[in-house]
Amino acid sequence: MEKRELVCIGCPLGCPLTVEIEGTEVVSVTGNTCKRGDVYARKEVTNPTRIVTSSVKVEGGVLAAVSVKTKEDIPKGKIFECVTALKDVCVKAPVAIGDVVLADVAGTGVDVIATKNVIASTS
Amino acid sequence: MLNYDIVIVGGGPAGLAAAVSAKRNGAESILVLERDKELGGILNQCIHNGFGLHTFKEELTGPEYAQRFIDQLLEENIEYKLNTMVLDISKEKVVTAMNRSEGILEIQAKAVILAMGCRERSRGALNIPGYRPAGVFSAGTAQRLVNMEGYLPGREVVILGSGDIGLIMARRMTLEGAKVKVVAELLPYSGGLKRNIVQCLDDFGIPLKLSHTVVDIKGKERVEGITLAQVDENRRPIPGTEEFYECDTLLLSCGLIPENELSRELGVEMSPVTSGPLVNESLETNVEGVFACGNVLHVHDLVDFVSQEAQAAGKNAAEYVLNGKKEGGKDIPIIATQGARYTVPKTVNPQRMDEKHVVRFRVGDVYKNCYVSVYLDDERIIHRKRPVVAPGEMEQIELKKEQLEAYPDLKEITVKIETE
Repeated sequence: MEKRELVCIGCPLGCPLTVEIEGTEVVSVTGNTCKRGDVYARKEVTNPTRIVTSSVKVEGGVLAAVSVKTKEDIPKGKIFECVTALKDVCVKAPVAIGDVVLADVAGTGVDVIATKNVIASTS
Repeated sequence: MLNYDIVIVGGGPAGLAAAVSAKRNGAESILVLERDKELGGILNQCIHNGFGLHTFKEELTGPEYAQRFIDQLLEENIEYKLNTMVLDISKEKVVTAMNRSEGILEIQAKAVILAMGCRERSRGALNIPGYRPAGVFSAGTAQRLVNMEGYLPGREVVILGSGDIGLIMARRMTLEGAKVKVVAELLPYSGGLKRNIVQCLDDFGIPLKLSHTVVDIKGKERVEGITLAQVDENRRPIPGTEEFYECDTLLLSCGLIPENELSRELGVEMSPVTSGPLVNESLETNVEGVFACGNVLHVHDLVDFVSQEAQAAGKNAAEYVLNGKKEGGKDIPIIATQGARYTVPKTVNPQRMDEKHVVRFRVGDVYKNCYVSVYLDDERIIHRKRPVVAPGEMEQIELKKEQLEAYPDLKEITVKIETE
């Protein structure tokens, strides 16, 4: 039996959660004071995921960089692989919100998309 | 002299929402003045997600949230000027501004909306001893450098202050290859959202030291290290608890201050608690026809509430331009006490208010299992149980016109935190 200590992020109360895990099965969640804590703890120990945001270089735009995000959340363990993959990405202006900047990042099946419009510079 | 119904100072989230709302409520000519080279304000550098859960029911990044409002501004054909700095606002509502292409501009407005936002508390304001080397940045400056300009301000980082910007930057710097050694917080609790503590610090194993502060900065040309010390209950460093951290960068995330230079010169009455204007239920200042909204009024944690507040300011300014000042009724002061630090608005006029009115406030400490209470003179009309309230999370209550009108002799409204 493995025990994991977490802090719930559901509200400012921040309940200290204890999760008991048997193999890949969650046996119990304690310390939570509402249902949200239970849901959060189960997801966090079995399949923690995050949206990753960053920015990449733009060529020929009015701005030097464009902000980006993973279109959906990706496994927490893939965060660093994701930002590393974005390191050398350079896109050509114009860029529009939603444009795919990098497809299937780090083998997650999730695309990285632009979160800002950058128009081409006139010069 | 140019003439506009409404001039809005600032094209960030507050200015954008105020402009759109003013137009939709009947104001004809509106001008937004923005000193940066693009609209959107601070949202442009807040590339993380979590914006707009209340407004759009989805999690957007800062630039995406800004674009939703910029699109609305363009749809409404609202005029704006970029790279334009407002220098002065007179009591007669003549706005003096300047930019490189037009020089000095004088604009006569019928109403003015203050939406200048806030600034970060600087090293000077914090009185941190030590040398003054390169490598000390506000967290927001670092955020702009990393996210928009493509520079990494340092490799080994210590962060003072655990507000949301500091936490967000701890993660951001880590992802960009820097080593964030520690986040120190003067107070015994963090002012940041729980979610940010977990996802920005815990996820990356970055320690958070509560009740700690920076007592020395080492390095003449560039930061070489900083010394942290634990503080006692009076927030004074405890001798013997000093710890040295080698680093090349110190980020400061120690609070935000509404930027009210223009308001002060205009003679707007200010709140010593929020450092923002004192406003009535129309979000109007003591200078008739001058309204305020967003972080210039009081610092918010959620942009959704900025947008809501700005929409109200825009609507009220439009009504003022179309119908003049609403007369009649009596301004009832709202007293914040016993844990509640301030309220926005500061007064409410039952005759002029809408059917329902949101009053926002902050508490001064963390209170568990408490009640948010509202009294009309001695009568308690709201008694809402809250498992926890904290200074980092803005609270709100709703006043109803009919409730207030039931007390014709009402002298004051009191907002407080009660244990039972």
